[in-house]
Amino acid sequence: MSEDNSNALKIVVLVKHVPDVQFDRHIDAQTLRIERGESTLSELDEYAIEAALAIIEAHGGAAAGHEVIAATMGGSNASGAVKKALQMGATSGVHLNDEALAGSDVLATSKALAALIEKIGDVDLVVTGMSSTDAETSVVPAQLAERLGWAQLTQASSVEFDQATNTLVISRDSATQRLRLSASLPAVLSVTDQANEPRYPNFKGIMAAKKKSTTELSVADLALDAAAVGPEGSRSTVVQAEAHPAREAGTVITDSGEAGIALVDFLAAQKLI
Amino acid sequence: MTTALVFLTETAENLGKAQRELLSLGARFEQTLVAVPGDASESLRAELGRYGVATVYTAAVDPEIFAQPLVELLDAAIAAGQPELVLTGNDPLSREAAARVAVRREAGIVTDATDVSADLLISKDELAGSYGAQVKVASQPALVALKPNSVDDAPAEAASTPEVVSLPLAEVDAPQVRVLGAEPKPVSTRPALNEARVVVAGGRGVNGDFSPVEDLADALGAAVGASRAATDAGWISHDAQVGQTGVTVSPQLYISAGISGAIQQKAGMQTSKVIVAVNKDADAPVFEIADLGIVGDLAKVLPQAAEEIRRRQA
Ligand SMILES: Cc1cc2nc3c(=O)[nH]c(=O)nc-3n(C[C@H](O)[C@H](O)[C@H](O)COP(=O)(O)OP(=O)(O)OC[C@H]3O[C@@H](n4cnc5c(N)ncnc54)[C@H](O)[C@@H]3O)c2cc1C
Ligand SMILES: Nc1ncnc2c1ncn2[C@@H]1O[C@H](COP(=O)(O)O)[C@@H](O)[C@H]1O
Repeated sequence: MSEDNSNALKIVVLVKHVPDVQFDRHIDAQTLRIERGESTLSELDEYAIEAALAIIEAHGGAAAGHEVIAATMGGSNASGAVKKALQMGATSGVHLNDEALAGSDVLATSKALAALIEKIGDVDLVVTGMSSTDAETSVVPAQLAERLGWAQLTQASSVEFDQATNTLVISRDSATQRLRLSASLPAVLSVTDQANEPRYPNFKGIMAAKKKSTTELSVADLALDAAAVGPEGSRSTVVQAEAHPAREAGTVITDSGEAGIALVDFLAAQKLI
Repeated sequence: MTTALVFLTETAENLGKAQRELLSLGARFEQTLVAVPGDASESLRAELGRYGVATVYTAAVDPEIFAQPLVELLDAAIAAGQPELVLTGNDPLSREAAARVAVRREAGIVTDATDVSADLLISKDELAGSYGAQVKVASQPALVALKPNSVDDAPAEAASTPEVVSLPLAEVDAPQVRVLGAEPKPVSTRPALNEARVVVAGGRGVNGDFSPVEDLADALGAAVGASRAATDAGWISHDAQVGQTGVTVSPQLYISAGISGAIQQKAGMQTSKVIVAVNKDADAPVFEIADLGIVGDLAKVLPQAAEEIRRRQA
């Protein structure tokens, strides 16, 4: 709808469908892959959706031709993550769904996602969460920046975009300093849970989402060789996984005036002081 | 013969605890190399020598360009040293630099690692530390980001005199991320949260006053942590946040005070060796994972414990 409008921003927000952190999560003993029942949009990707929507809304929104495309890579259920993004306000969805992708490590995942972004085409900005809540690597965004040859603006705790100069400025915290970083688009931006407060889908958003389209793509559609992704395209393989013994509740005491002393006795008995 | 390259993204006056753990793990292999930005000072070289480091690769990096020069340094050091294993910190910058190099070299990267065996089988935490996994990497090098507090600090049996090799870096031609400003954070006299042996953490239950938490932490020589409710309230810096979106800690002892124990909080601390919880609600979920649970008011229990520790140490 906006191909001829050179000022229109085309933003892809990457959303992942993950096992709900509120439930017990397991790694399947046979396949050594994370079990994917009870899944939902990764909660940290809501901050990415919010950041993308905030950028276009500050510059005229969809009416100005700006787009936010929610894209995911995952099995059939993963369309649930895209749906939630559409309800929050994303313009359209893309779902990369292919058996061949199952068992991809981070290297193969970033390869497929980079190919997906190239397939979508003319993208100005990719926005991601700070980490997926299942794989928890936090490195997919950096690998995307490397693959696409775009600026890496990651782990942003605040985001400002200036359309006149096509520049993004972010804050990024490390243990020792707070950085202010700046780069021109195209860029890969990842945002932390400090960056904003994600909106809830409202009734209007939920109704509007029913009319929005999601395109399904396969690995072949991306001109990727199936051997480039999945286990064959991966360089790391889980060969064993075991649940750590569940923590059990220990002694519980109720303070009747001496619990601070009991605490110290406990530490002494454990040789911790 | 296995060669391990330890990648340090920065060095202060002295090596940090996590950095020494990286070097200790590196020293288990036949040859240890180091890559570090800047010029390796004499004292740094002496410290690295204690871990048997053979070669230190250095390069001048432009502090006004974010990350990219570190990527070039690591990539050039790998080209020069041909290591089978690259060990980096588990912090975001180290991981990201390693991840970019992994793309260039079609290499496997493993984050949240806790150990690497002699035949390069990598142990790592999965699902917020609820699982332990073993991972094989089919590339040279294997890139591994090691969690702090995973291996003992053990200098090599024989010290070395590392050779310093200054690497000429390729011009950075990729799109640059400029550093507009770098505001240093106040330096605390307490141990770094992610490396500390003991952490005392406070939540919404401190009700605006962190002094009982800080006082107990100081009696124990501990770092101070917090829940997101406490950091969001502005009672303490966000840097103190423990959990899914804060710091992951794995100390010998974690004392949780006035924290309910939400899943995102547990994600950052449930691999602690010993957990003590103080909470006035007997039904708080944190008690399900505490080795010692105290149902009580933290404003009474913590000061009493701090005083008792000081009394016994006197
Ligand atoms: C995307 C996302 C990421 C998140 N990341 C994190 C994270 O990294 N870390 C994190 O901690 N949380 C995180 N959270 C928030 C988390 O879900 C909880 O809301 C938070 O941990 C609650 O903090 P709390 O336990 O201090 O507060 P509450 O849940 O309000 O608990 C306060 C506790 O203090 C007790 N209490 C009150 N007064 C006293 C007293 N005088 N003495 C003793 N006990 C007292 C109460 O009984 C209660 O159990 C995240 C949430 C989301 C959605
Ligand atoms: N399969 C996927 N589909 C869509 N986005 C993903 C996928 N995997 C990772 N991402 C994005 O990359 C971010 C970081 O993920 P990770 O590197 O796995 O911790 C996530 O917050 C997502 O935005």
